[in-house]
Amino acid sequence: MGTFVVNSLDVRQLAYAYPDGTQALFGVDLSIARGERVALLGPNGAGKTTLVMHLNGILTAGHGSVTVAGTPVRKDTLKEIRQRVGLVFQDPDDQLFMPTVKDDVAFGPANAGVRGEELDRVVKDALERVGMLEAADRPPHHLSFGQRRRVAVATVLAMAPEILVLDEPSSNLDPAARRELAEILRSLDVTVLMVTHDLPYALELCERSLILSGGVIAADGPTRELLSDAELLAEHRLELPYGFAIPAV
Amino acid sequence: MGAGHHHQLYLPGDSVVHRLPPQCKLLAVFAFAIVVVATPRERFWAFAAYAVLLGAVALVARVPGTYVLRRMAIEVPFVLFAFLIPVIGLGERTTILGMSLSVPGLWAAWNILAKATLGVIASILLAATTEPRVILIGAQRLRLPALLVQIAMFMLRYMDVIVDEMRRMRVARESRGFEARDLRQVPVIARSAGALFIRSYERGERVHLAMLSRGYSGQMPILHDISASVRQWGIALALPAVALAVWGLSW
Amino acid sequence: MHVPDGFFNAATSVSAGAVAAAGVAVCLRGARRELDDRTAPMAGLVAAFIFAVQMLNFPVAAGTSGHLLGGALAAILVGPYTGVLCMAVVLLVQGVFFADGGLTALGINITIMGIVTVLVGWGVFRLVTRLAGGKVALAAFLGSLVSVPAAALVFTVLFWIGGTAPIEVGAVAAAMGGVHVLIGVGEAVITAVTVSAVLAVRPDLVYGARGLAKPLVLRGAEGTSTTVDEQPEPAAAPGKLRPFLLGGLGLALVLAGIVSFFASSSPDGLEAVAENKGFIDQASDHLFGSWALADYGEVGGIPVGVAGIIGVGAVLLVAGAVAYAARGRAKVKA
Repeated sequence: MGTFVVNSLDVRQLAYAYPDGTQALFGVDLSIARGERVALLGPNGAGKTTLVMHLNGILTAGHGSVTVAGTPVRKDTLKEIRQRVGLVFQDPDDQLFMPTVKDDVAFGPANAGVRGEELDRVVKDALERVGMLEAADRPPHHLSFGQRRRVAVATVLAMAPEILVLDEPSSNLDPAARRELAEILRSLDVTVLMVTHDLPYALELCERSLILSGGVIAADGPTRELLSDAELLAEHRLELPYGFAIPAV
Repeated sequence: MGAGHHHQLYLPGDSVVHRLPPQCKLLAVFAFAIVVVATPRERFWAFAAYAVLLGAVALVARVPGTYVLRRMAIEVPFVLFAFLIPVIGLGERTTILGMSLSVPGLWAAWNILAKATLGVIASILLAATTEPRVILIGAQRLRLPALLVQIAMFMLRYMDVIVDEMRRMRVARESRGFEARDLRQVPVIARSAGALFIRSYERGERVHLAMLSRGYSGQMPILHDISASVRQWGIALALPAVALAVWGLSW
Repeated sequence: MHVPDGFFNAATSVSAGAVAAAGVAVCLRGARRELDDRTAPMAGLVAAFIFAVQMLNFPVAAGTSGHLLGGALAAILVGPYTGVLCMAVVLLVQGVFFADGGLTALGINITIMGIVTVLVGWGVFRLVTRLAGGKVALAAFLGSLVSVPAAALVFTVLFWIGGTAPIEVGAVAAAMGGVHVLIGVGEAVITAVTVSAVLAVRPDLVYGARGLAKPLVLRGAEGTSTTVDEQPEPAAAPGKLRPFLLGGLGLALVLAGIVSFFASSSPDGLEAVAENKGFIDQASDHLFGSWALADYGEVGGIPVGVAGIIGVGAVLLVAGAVAYAARGRAKVKA
């Protein structure tokens, strides 16, 4: 990369309809600068998952473009794109398909051609960053849910991604696991896009938030401001948990 | 919770047997089973020798007898079938305990019981001393098609997940007062089987997406390759070799 | 139904192993065509599903219960090639990891419970969907109903040829067939309801119903609707019945040929004993004892192996004629 600043992610006028004709995205525009942590908020059915599927080329845009660190998502760039966009799925069981934690973390870099000692080092490093090194040789299904989600993050970190995309990272976690994951995410120096409807979690981790509603970006601004706008939240079926007040700075 | 613990197949350990490369053990167990099956049934002492051999392996591997016995329950249905053979068998009949039994049938029953039991114990010892995923690596080394090995790998990984889902569905059924008594309840069970299939299939699709997201392009990366030394092959193949010698000597 | 070691003599086990290996090899290629790079995860998950479903016990008659084999179900849901593959992997895992089914009997188990149930179940299913015009549940019912006793009969015949116990094949076939028709009913109900349940929610997932999708309807603004004639994705796979059946027939021939050749060329312990003790003549009063082909040997001057092939050929001729007649009538109707 050159010395000028390139955004980690640029989405321009992205529209998409499923093969059955249902249109999910109606022209999404968003940019995320390198190093930012951004929350993507939105009610169920807003098109969040559809948008995420475009970011690493699992779905291809019907209209518009997705650019990751200057590289457009196209058929011929897929390999590179998938290396750069680390997708953490909502259900860690979908993501952890290999027989052991270590093998699972190694899967991505191995597909990129990393072998031998270099591979071992990458795997160890990624597991260390999520605090799961001691589980390296265990089968994923013997871990707790929170541990599995952390390993899922490690599988993606091992690919040294430009941007980490997390789909509902706090779902099904108990409070302690939720806090541990937040600490891990805060300690990482990568760009993060967090898809969630857990508003306090977004507030805790992300300076900036986007609201995706009806297949377009309906709001973009500091998380604190968006969450203070009760009218805006109500309009897009977003709600703060009962009794939650936005803490003073 | 605790998926994967309800049928602990692998007993961790650090014996010579545990340390042998999986491909050696697999081949040894297969060869042993073939020798056993090929042994004519009237050579009683050959079967006794085979049993002693397996006992020795269990001793070296420190696999407790109670564990082997418990897992041998898998054999029960065919033991029952074996007891039926003397009753329905043809040929000369003899009377034991007031029952008219076929002599060839008795021979057949003994044959099946002896060989099936030895085969089951050999398999149990293999599974007890080798982690499932390692067995698959060994199978791949023995030129089992890679695709087959991968399918088995995914099956092993998700078996517990799917069985757990099925159990949750059963709890959901039963907590609403459902009880399977006769054939009329079958449709209810089948409908949950349908739901289970959809869940499994959709999970398969999601797993595939997760694989694509991490650069999968149709080939699994080979992460482990366990090579075996001549000495290790020698140790492993000692089992079928001794069995073969017993077979030869029993002529 | 998982056959342990020692049920069949070594020659039969090895021959069945060769047949199973050939069948699985064919299906590996076929499944790649059905699923391309999704084969490993999809077939793995479906295998895990079959494994789970085999734990479903259902009451058959007083006091006895059966469990699902799942071959027909797998074939209808994911296609015959992938179906065989899933069954083979389930049996492999059960044999190697759970000691359920002997290692030397793996070929027999895969042949009977994988290949035969899938072939018969899928064949009947396709035949019925063609004749009865898309009644998927009915076809699933009949396909799985027939697949279970068919597997039991193949087991009986194999056992008669290369088993380690002397049995009266007619009587045992009748008994095995009878019991397994009952089990087949349970299997059929579960399969039919399972397939319908999936069909109701995700019809696109039922492989066997792919060719039967309704044409798309386009609605106009004033309530007019037009039907789209061409399917966006031509239902490719279910049309390929013939090569699949041909493959199956080939397998059956090979099985019969190899098995009967080996089986009779290496007499096992029983026959040795029987000859010594002089009651071999007693054992030969099978149902068709006086027929030239009865002992699968050189009884009537016909060499071993050939006898088996002739037998299978005869059955196939009859079955083929029936199927051809049925097809012809369906065409006339249409």
